[in-house]
Amino acid sequence: MSVLVYTESENGKLKKAALEVASYAKAVADAIGGNVTAVSINSDNNDDLANYGVHKSLEVSDEKLQKFNADAYAEVITQAAKKVDAKVVVISQSANAKYLAPLLSVNLSAAYASNVVDVPKTDNEFTVERTAFTNKAFNHTSLSTDIKILGLSNNAFGLKENKVEMSKEDFSAELNDDHFKINVESVDKNTDKVSIADAEVVVSGGRGLKDPKNWGMIEDLADVLGAATACSKPVSDMGWRPHSEHVGQTGKPVASNLYIAIGISGAIQHLAGISASKTKVVINTDDEAPFFKAADYGIVGDAFEVVPKLIEKLKDFKANNA
Amino acid sequence: MKILVCISHVPDTTSKINFTENDTKFDTNGVQFVINPNDEFGLTRAMWFKEKQGATVDVVTVGDKSTEPTIRKALAIGADSAIRVDAEPVDGFQVAKELAKVAEDGDYDLIIAGRESIDYNGGMVPGMLAKLIGANFINTCVSLEIEGEKATAVREIDGGKETLTAHLPLVIGGQKGLVEESDLKIPNMRGIMMARKKPLKVVEPVAETPLTKAEKFEKPAPKGEVKLVDADNIDELIDLLHNEAKAI
Repeated sequence: MSVLVYTESENGKLKKAALEVASYAKAVADAIGGNVTAVSINSDNNDDLANYGVHKSLEVSDEKLQKFNADAYAEVITQAAKKVDAKVVVISQSANAKYLAPLLSVNLSAAYASNVVDVPKTDNEFTVERTAFTNKAFNHTSLSTDIKILGLSNNAFGLKENKVEMSKEDFSAELNDDHFKINVESVDKNTDKVSIADAEVVVSGGRGLKDPKNWGMIEDLADVLGAATACSKPVSDMGWRPHSEHVGQTGKPVASNLYIAIGISGAIQHLAGISASKTKVVINTDDEAPFFKAADYGIVGDAFEVVPKLIEKLKDFKANNA
Repeated sequence: MKILVCISHVPDTTSKINFTENDTKFDTNGVQFVINPNDEFGLTRAMWFKEKQGATVDVVTVGDKSTEPTIRKALAIGADSAIRVDAEPVDGFQVAKELAKVAEDGDYDLIIAGRESIDYNGGMVPGMLAKLIGANFINTCVSLEIEGEKATAVREIDGGKETLTAHLPLVIGGQKGLVEESDLKIPNMRGIMMARKKPLKVVEPVAETPLTKAEKFEKPAPKGEVKLVDADNIDELIDLLHNEAKAI
């Protein structure tokens, strides 16, 4: 039995999420009995995967795959899964992984469970725990096909070191023009900013900021923490911030280690979007704001007084703990 | 251009979520159902193509009779006709199979679905549907233009955007950004009256077996009380985040 994990890279470097899905794949392999094989595309160095339980690294190096292409990437993973006779395929829940997963599912005639948060139970049937209703509930899902695809929620499992001997093998999939029917014309990436999906820490602002010109405070706090910036729905609706930063049920879900909400009252849709975050901090003048019921730590106070002080104190903390 | 918009019938975003029958079924008691928000952006974009480029727009849902008010709302917004596949949706694959049959029978140029429904958040139906019918697929679309046989779309990626081109037939997984929220259409009285006369065809399912099953639901454990820190004592917050939460 074999577990195949797709380990994503960016500019030739493995993403942190790749190490997390590898850690998870090792736990899945231990549960069902078997070893983990990783497949990576145009990653320069996969040595680190050995520290997270990967026994074999299938390494694809192909100029045609420099830009992400869902069809072609799904085909590569399909052929890798067939090569190692994978019973479980593990992917992350990045935007690209979510794009290719349903295609992979049809290619392999495999059931796909997305937003998985725990290792499968395999006593009678194969079941996984997933989030549902945008984190307002969990759903235990059984998968009935021979091959299963699991999409692991970001930060749900964490990094688990598990050093093993790893072998490497060049791998090339057979691809044809049909796999490249969609053309990527241009990519516009905010290279200097942490993306919400990859962020360990997210600093988010709401209507309490009063004016978009006050946003500098949010960015300064995010800079100190190496965090991504986000916002509530009204803020993106008013055009203060782009839609891509809107967190919530109809925006982006956040599963960071730390989520700091400033001037956000905490509507049910917003809380659903952030409930997978581990530690939540709220700063709000209104002590009746619903966010205080969802948060771990709170400060009742004026953001314009509290946040600048927090930035200064955090700078000192970082300097002393560097 | 023939457009099919896939509509999911979901609990309103403000709904409190509860379960019945020993936590195996979603409790619909007192819950208002709406068009899935991601589908609503797609439906409005389809209306734009209808008004500006002369497209026809059909809507489809997979569900029992209780879904009809939701799909009638799509007709009231301006869709030309509706199809309801008379089956209980069980998983993404089964829904995609049912939609694939409708899509193939209707020979559509463009199929718009939401990137995910806000109930099960599977995010699998649009991609599976595209693969099953051999159409091109672009996910997380925040902009879509069609000229002749060619589509230009902008897709949201982690930390940025990508511009892609593809030929029709095309399936997209759409979301907020396809149209502005302020442009979402609200049915007016004339639309509601006209919707009553528009065709709503009920079709039998192809009876595809689901590949997954939701066995049991549970709600997150109740959270402990928030620890309040005095606004003048930021050091305490930093100490808690560092030593207790291990978050910094």
